[in-house]
Amino acid sequence: MADVSLKEIRKSYGAVDVIKGVDIDIKDGEFCVFVGPSGCGKSTLLRMIAGLEDISGGTLSIGGRVVNDITPKERGVGMVFQSYAIFPHMTVRENIAFGLTISGASRAEKDAKVQDAARILQMEHLLDRRPSQLSGGQRQRVAIGRAIVRKPNVFLFDEPLSNLDAALRMDMRMEIGKLHRQLDATMIYVTHDQVEAMTLADKIVVLKEGHVMQIGAPMDLYHNPENLFVAGFLGAPSMNFLTVDVLDVQGQEAKVAHPAMDPVVLNTKGRAIIKGSHAVMGLRPQYLSADGKGAGLVEGKVVVAERLGSETVADLVLRDGTNLMATFSEDRVFTPDQAVALRFDPAAAHLFPPEG
Amino acid sequence: MSSKLTTSNRAGWAFAAPGIVLIATFIIVPFFFAFALSLTNQRLISPNPTQYVGLQNYRDMLSLSVLQLAPERDAAGQILRDADGTPSYPRVRDITRNPDFPQYRGMREWFRVHLGDTAHVVIARDVVFMKALVNTVTFVLVVAPVQGGLALILALLVNQKLRGITVFRAVYFMPVVVSIVVVSLLWRFIYSPDGGLLNNLLSGLTFGAFQPVNWLGNPDTALPAIMGMSIWQAVGFHMVIWLSGLQTISPTLYEAAEIEGASKWQTFRYVTWPGLRHTAVLVLIVITMQAFALFAQIDVMTRGGPLDSTQTLVFQAVERGYGKQDISGGATISVVLFLIVLTISLVQRWLTRERA
Ligand SMILES: Nc1ncnc2c1ncn2[C@@H]1O[C@H](COP(=O)(O)OP(=O)(O)O)[C@@H](O)[C@H]1O
Ligand SMILES: [Mg+2]
Repeated sequence: MADVSLKEIRKSYGAVDVIKGVDIDIKDGEFCVFVGPSGCGKSTLLRMIAGLEDISGGTLSIGGRVVNDITPKERGVGMVFQSYAIFPHMTVRENIAFGLTISGASRAEKDAKVQDAARILQMEHLLDRRPSQLSGGQRQRVAIGRAIVRKPNVFLFDEPLSNLDAALRMDMRMEIGKLHRQLDATMIYVTHDQVEAMTLADKIVVLKEGHVMQIGAPMDLYHNPENLFVAGFLGAPSMNFLTVDVLDVQGQEAKVAHPAMDPVVLNTKGRAIIKGSHAVMGLRPQYLSADGKGAGLVEGKVVVAERLGSETVADLVLRDGTNLMATFSEDRVFTPDQAVALRFDPAAAHLFPPEG
Repeated sequence: MSSKLTTSNRAGWAFAAPGIVLIATFIIVPFFFAFALSLTNQRLISPNPTQYVGLQNYRDMLSLSVLQLAPERDAAGQILRDADGTPSYPRVRDITRNPDFPQYRGMREWFRVHLGDTAHVVIARDVVFMKALVNTVTFVLVVAPVQGGLALILALLVNQKLRGITVFRAVYFMPVVVSIVVVSLLWRFIYSPDGGLLNNLLSGLTFGAFQPVNWLGNPDTALPAIMGMSIWQAVGFHMVIWLSGLQTISPTLYEAAEIEGASKWQTFRYVTWPGLRHTAVLVLIVITMQAFALFAQIDVMTRGGPLDSTQTLVFQAVERGYGKQDISGGATISVVLFLIVLTISLVQRWLTRERA
């Protein structure tokens, strides 16, 4: 059993706090993705789980055992690095067998396990090459092979696809998903790419400046972001935000207005929305429609529109000068400066207290 | 290609020119000079015209022969022995000066080995050169591995991330920036037979049991003493080269090894040492060349003595060329030294070549 649990985990470099008290519970066999902008502390957190960084505070347990002070090997983790970190002077076979060589496995055992790993990763034909003779994707496969051959309980990935080009990234992403189903092991995966997070994860942890912003299943986070940060971070194009005036609050319902929008009633979901002050309304570009129904109505004009064939992305400017993105799931023709009125369902909109 | 190199590359040639001129003036031209001089009987100052003598200088320097001497016997055929039972042999001088053996004229005994009662006497035309050759080779064989290995150990020590580690780096490097002449003078005091630092230290450590040694005055200790001091003096230089090699090894490789559970020794064996391959070749070649050029220490500390136990090739080359005004003799030694160093570098390069 290899559930991973972080309790009040902290990390500081001297006086600088990088991880500021993080609680995460990852169940056995779960694919958990840490996502957040660059510098938010994802790698640091992962490296603490790996045992490459000391833990400044809190408790880390793997499989119910507190592992704060034990070596990476005893934690039973395998790790794949962004820069591959495969040994340049060893062949692919030697690289994959490295962990087994270190623990003094017999030749026959090594051969069998390397063969196994190579079959899973479809690179049996590459075993006798040297890393310099491999492409980026193949190198990353070798690194994954080295991690899986020891059958660790927990796999850690630190942005494993960031050095690959876009097409390869998609292939490898799918392979990693497949690998997870095949191995049925706990995986923790760090990325700054929200698409990777959305497609791979059973559970996403959104981080910002060393704090957890929200934890949940991908669709949970997509449809019910708890704060502005998560709302803006997940989804592409990202969510539109309009600063609105709160006209009235009745229990869970708030009536808000904006110069370019007719007043609408939104669900506050218990957030601190105060009558007479401002709030931020969030609305995904996909939930605006040109000819649909819905109680919400915004008016503006088109700045540019991109036709992608099956989809059209329009950049609008509203009457008061705010920008708004809208995407339509069909091919549509807009002329610049064309006036448009778009409708939306108030139930699809989110209302947040203003930031700060 | 060649036309491009010579015509359209003026700036390139201009930049290279100062270096080319310096190297040509002080290395290439003098080498051809030395080679030409070694085929003549040129003296530093001489009223006689210079004559071409072919390979005579090389013959004079390199001629070796072995005399097999049977012990002297009395009238009854019994071996004559002196008081402690050692047989007595004919004197070598009687053979080398005997007009019946013109081929041995001018040769002297270098050393002898006894096989049974027969003495095999190796005689050389130029015994001092032979001693210099053996001393130089011994010096290289001891200094190259010891200095290289010690430098690597120091580099590994000062490569750690510790507070104040730069102080140690500076301290180990300090002897390198001090002139070798000054260092040699200082070490003459250290090795001094009466009140020298080393004797005092050793007698202190052994509570007075240690008998003072005349380090530089004893033929058995003079060369080892110079080796010790030479190793100490330049070890910091090679430490810095190793250090730069160490720092080219990616830290993630160490992390990957740590995750796989490699011990300190395994990390060195599988990550550090393979990563230092090119540095090792460089260090080995540089130390070998420097060791072959051993001169200043000898000149300051022993001037080749006692009993020629610290003669070296370069010291002899200078001694002959300028001390004895025998320029052609000095040049001949230089050419021989050049050929030795060239051969060794080529062999080292071949041994440490990149295997596909
Ligand atoms: N060794 C270190 N010393 C000081 N600060 C560090 C160190 N390593 C990382 N940091 C800081 O910690 C923060 C988080 O870094 P990191 O975990 O690498 O972010 P990312 O989310 O991009 O992976 C960054 O602001 C970085 O500057
Ligand atoms: Mg990172």
